[in-house]
Amino acid sequence: MEHIRMPKVENVWLVDRSSSRRTQVGTLYLTATHTIFVGKGSEDRNELWVLHSLVCNVVKHKASQSGYPLLIHCKNFQVIQFIFPQESDCHDVYISLSRLSRPEKYEELYCFSFNPNVGKAEREHSWDFLDLKAEYSRMGLPNKLWHVTPINREYRVCDTYPADLFVPKSVTLPVIVGSSKFRSRGRFPTLSYYCKENHATICRSSQPLSGFSARCLEDEQMLQAIMKSNPGSRFMYVVDTRPKLNAMANRAAGKGYENEDNYCNIKFQFIGIENIHVMRNSQQKLIEVSALRSPSMGEFLTGLENSDWLRHIKSIMEAGLFISKAVAEEGVSVLVHCSDGWDRTAQVCSVASVLLDPYYRTLKGLMVLFEKDWVSFGHRFSHRCGHLIGEAKEVSPVIDQFLECIWQLMEQFPCAFEYNEKFLISIHNHIYSCHYGNFICNSQKERKDLCIKEKTHSIWPHLWENKLDFMNPLFKPDQSQNQGLLRPSTAPYCFKYWRRLYNRFDRELHPRQSELDSLMTVKEETQQLEEELALYEQKMAVLDKEHAKTLYMQKGVLDSKQALWSLPLDTSLANTPQDYISGFIGGAPNVFTLQQGERESAEVCLYGDKTKSSDADNSDQESGVADFSSHSSGEESLPSEESVKDPDSDETGPNRA
Amino acid sequence: MEFAELIKTPRVDGVVLHRPFMPTVEGTLCLTGHHLILSSRQDNTEELWLLHANIDSIEKRFVGSLGTIIVKCKDLRVIQLDIPGMEECLNIASSIEALSTLDSVSLMYPFFYRPLFEVIEDGWQLFVPEEAFKDLESMTDEWRLSEVNKDFSVCPSYPSLLTVPKDIDDESLCKAASFRHGGRFPVLSYYHKKNGMVMMRAAQPLTGTNGRRCKEDEKLINATLCAGKRGYIIDTRTIAVAQQAKARGGGFEQEANYAQWRRIHKAIERSNVLQEGLIKLVEACNDQSHSMDRWLSKLEASNWQSNVKEILTTACLAAQCIDREGASVLVHGTEGTDSTLQVTSLAQIILDPACRTIRGFEALIEREWLQAGHPFQQRCAQSAYSNGKPRSEAPVFLLFLDCVWQILRQFPCSFQFNENFLIMLFEHAYASQFGTFLGNSVAERLKLLLSQKTVSLWSWVNRPQELERFLNPLYEPNNLVIWPSVAPQSLLLWEGVFLRWNRSTKCLDEAYQEMVHIIEYNKELQNKVNSLRRQLAQLETEDGPLQTP
Repeated sequence: MEHIRMPKVENVWLVDRSSSRRTQVGTLYLTATHTIFVGKGSEDRNELWVLHSLVCNVVKHKASQSGYPLLIHCKNFQVIQFIFPQESDCHDVYISLSRLSRPEKYEELYCFSFNPNVGKAEREHSWDFLDLKAEYSRMGLPNKLWHVTPINREYRVCDTYPADLFVPKSVTLPVIVGSSKFRSRGRFPTLSYYCKENHATICRSSQPLSGFSARCLEDEQMLQAIMKSNPGSRFMYVVDTRPKLNAMANRAAGKGYENEDNYCNIKFQFIGIENIHVMRNSQQKLIEVSALRSPSMGEFLTGLENSDWLRHIKSIMEAGLFISKAVAEEGVSVLVHCSDGWDRTAQVCSVASVLLDPYYRTLKGLMVLFEKDWVSFGHRFSHRCGHLIGEAKEVSPVIDQFLECIWQLMEQFPCAFEYNEKFLISIHNHIYSCHYGNFICNSQKERKDLCIKEKTHSIWPHLWENKLDFMNPLFKPDQSQNQGLLRPSTAPYCFKYWRRLYNRFDRELHPRQSELDSLMTVKEETQQLEEELALYEQKMAVLDKEHAKTLYMQKGVLDSKQALWSLPLDTSLANTPQDYISGFIGGAPNVFTLQQGERESAEVCLYGDKTKSSDADNSDQESGVADFSSHSSGEESLPSEESVKDPDSDETGPNRA
Repeated sequence: MEFAELIKTPRVDGVVLHRPFMPTVEGTLCLTGHHLILSSRQDNTEELWLLHANIDSIEKRFVGSLGTIIVKCKDLRVIQLDIPGMEECLNIASSIEALSTLDSVSLMYPFFYRPLFEVIEDGWQLFVPEEAFKDLESMTDEWRLSEVNKDFSVCPSYPSLLTVPKDIDDESLCKAASFRHGGRFPVLSYYHKKNGMVMMRAAQPLTGTNGRRCKEDEKLINATLCAGKRGYIIDTRTIAVAQQAKARGGGFEQEANYAQWRRIHKAIERSNVLQEGLIKLVEACNDQSHSMDRWLSKLEASNWQSNVKEILTTACLAAQCIDREGASVLVHGTEGTDSTLQVTSLAQIILDPACRTIRGFEALIEREWLQAGHPFQQRCAQSAYSNGKPRSEAPVFLLFLDCVWQILRQFPCSFQFNENFLIMLFEHAYASQFGTFLGNSVAERLKLLLSQKTVSLWSWVNRPQELERFLNPLYEPNNLVIWPSVAPQSLLLWEGVFLRWNRSTKCLDEAYQEMVHIIEYNKELQNKVNSLRRQLAQLETEDGPLQTP
């Protein structure tokens, strides 16, 4: 609380970036956890809630005629612009928010203060929702070739790895220790995915400390053991996901990659995914493109190209495809590594898993995959997502890229996924929101030390409860496209710009009617009909007159819903034209004169007045001001972040500030 | 028959056909007057029937005595035929070249095609101007149907009947026509029932460099304004292009002479530029290099998506003026047969729910494209693979369809038809067994006796068994004006056309089938539940006998 210089500012303008007509005035509150804007004047209470932990940066802009603008960029790609009447208010909010959005200690994060109305038992239970042991046994492990090694129980061999790790039964503890000493950060080769059908595995590690000539017998034995644990194959792939040049440069630092001469029966392969710094810059450029205000098509496409973002997504997808094909088609095991084995390695292993195993295309399966390949294997969430103030160079959208790969796959295989796009976006939001404890810290050990499970809540049961919102109505588990390996095309035109994520809060850019929502409503209705039908059939069979009577009274419930599924059309929005010629219709005579020649500027003003008044007339039809609730960061209203939330249900209301 | 001399080798055995995403087929290649046919003579493999008119260009290659012909079609498909024997291959190639570039319209397939179905509803009679005018009459009495162009002498590209303001006589129309490019004087395109505003279209005024004016033209368009109201003139060209047009006798409406109108200039490209764009776009889509940079920069360089954006934006602006500003609109470009029609027809789709039904959309194409004199035959003579110098080919209609598809994507529940309907129209505009898109104007079509000698596309499409493929399962009539987003982020590449032959659509087709299934199953259940409900209600009202068997 000591960081809040100014708990409340009146008469602040909230600017709608897409349309100046929707700008509204209200009161700004700063609480320990949220920035809250409450619009005034209209009958609806319009609120905007922004979690401090979602704030990426705060920028003061040059004063304009209307006041002192403050821009808030969020990690979920929301951009909020306030205008303050007083410079001092603007500055105070700026200073407060700058501090509040950059916590120094984990304990400051929202998940430690988030306290929904659930009992201790329930909270603890929420952490048992996913069980990685169950996941490995689903894969068929342990079996006669693979078992859990106790070696890392105390995180002594590798403090960024989980406690339980699968290794070939044939390797001895000294071999593991020896291998771990020969790998960056001790991240020795261990199992990530096991293919029951043909015993091929995906293993992961960090780079070997091979330098120019060093070798390690134990590491070689380790790989040999992995290869042999797949009895059907005579060799294994070792995939270095880095560009060859980067890997070679690492040799000078005593690191590097496997020498094929030293390891028996390995086929070594570079993949060429760029490092976290390249990815960070690339996404930054992409975000700039996505935030352009009314860009031309050329600007947009050139910007998209120059960002290189889709090229990176393509390279990750290709790597995942290569590995999944090796496993499924060749029956060959693969060891994947990059430098440290927690970024590109996690991406590539999990993309390959999604391609290989239909289970990861289910809601529960994707949660498990996150928990396994990312959380447990020590993806550095805190660093990569910038949860705490620290090295800006450690921040990188590695996890965004994985989510995007899944989205790109959904575009190609619309029936193959049980979940829909909203699920991915929700997960994305919560990776950054620090609302739940799952994605805090950089490793399992850190989370244990911080007592995350005792002090915070888990996101997964929460998402599960709301799974109806996340279901893909087209999902067909038995359809051919969902059997076995997904083989996406990696032609450049198959990779598209993910508008729903990057322009998530620019509602006017999205289709006004949603196929997804319509189909979901139909499916829901179908389910009701099925129930009703079963009931009626039962009644018919019994032919009980008394029952028929009660039934008769229920009739008509569904009659009224006949065209229910056509409702998703947001009528107000459908009826809202955007600026098709910037400023022309809305007034701004100067824009018009440019096109028109000087002579007519007098007339233009006339017109400007007229159009303004007509705008006012139409304002009830414009979706306008009533929309703000949907711009909230949506923590309590999860999962339907787009839905209107009830401000009174929040524990941390503005009055508690 | 005159085709026989063009067909040097009518039949070759052992020809291998390669098609993307389909197994290769070996069989016999036959050339007929209008088709290229490949048949494997096995029951289970699909035959290839390709209209010569659909062939855009061919390439020949030889390896030893094995010849290869690459056939590039106007629907953007590329197929390969391996033909044993150099002579056969050369003969086939030159025959195809000759047959696919026949000069005479009356030799085209529609004049030879005999339908295998019974024509129940003659498409040629479906959309006559008199009927459309009856609808208009029920809403307003401000307009009349003029026969001034009865013999097509006032304006050769206009139909014989035109809707004009009631108070303007034919003599004034003739004078206004002489002041407009190609005689295309302002006529009614659309009447907005909600507020009585109208959209008119015309060609550019012939002001020339010395600022000619025409009182009748001014009077004509002023007659469409209510007292004290003002209108908008949407010139689809930039002000610079419009200025340049003056030197060639064209121009734009001078403010001084059209004081009640505000002119807005937009920047829809001219047709020859659009054709270049199509060629570049398709080249980008067929690029096998698999490099992301090349794809995006080529896509950008084609300007195709920019054109889509500009056309849609202009149409939205016209619709906005009418619906939101309550103003009447006059749209024109240069000739008034291309960008003008794109704008007026798209604006109607945005404004008028009727245009989003199948019948309504067909009527729109009849009114705003066929009868309005879009030169289909010239524009669609060649497609993206034409290697000759473009004459007057241009994908004007394809761009229109692309824009409709963009709106359909944004309002997936508001259209009675689906994407397949639009793709079908694209195909038939370029090559068809039906006569609908032959000729460049109503006058030409009359001269060709199309309605007597050929079958109308609508006669075929509107049969229930065909229509089924084109119905949008999500359709729920929506009476609102639909405002699409024209932001680059919202506009997509029309994969159904441009990537159609470059990727497997199996998964997308399955998804579509699943969607249809979900909705059909829902309807089926609803029927079942309703009928059971009725039965139960009946049982309930009946007396005891049922209880005592």
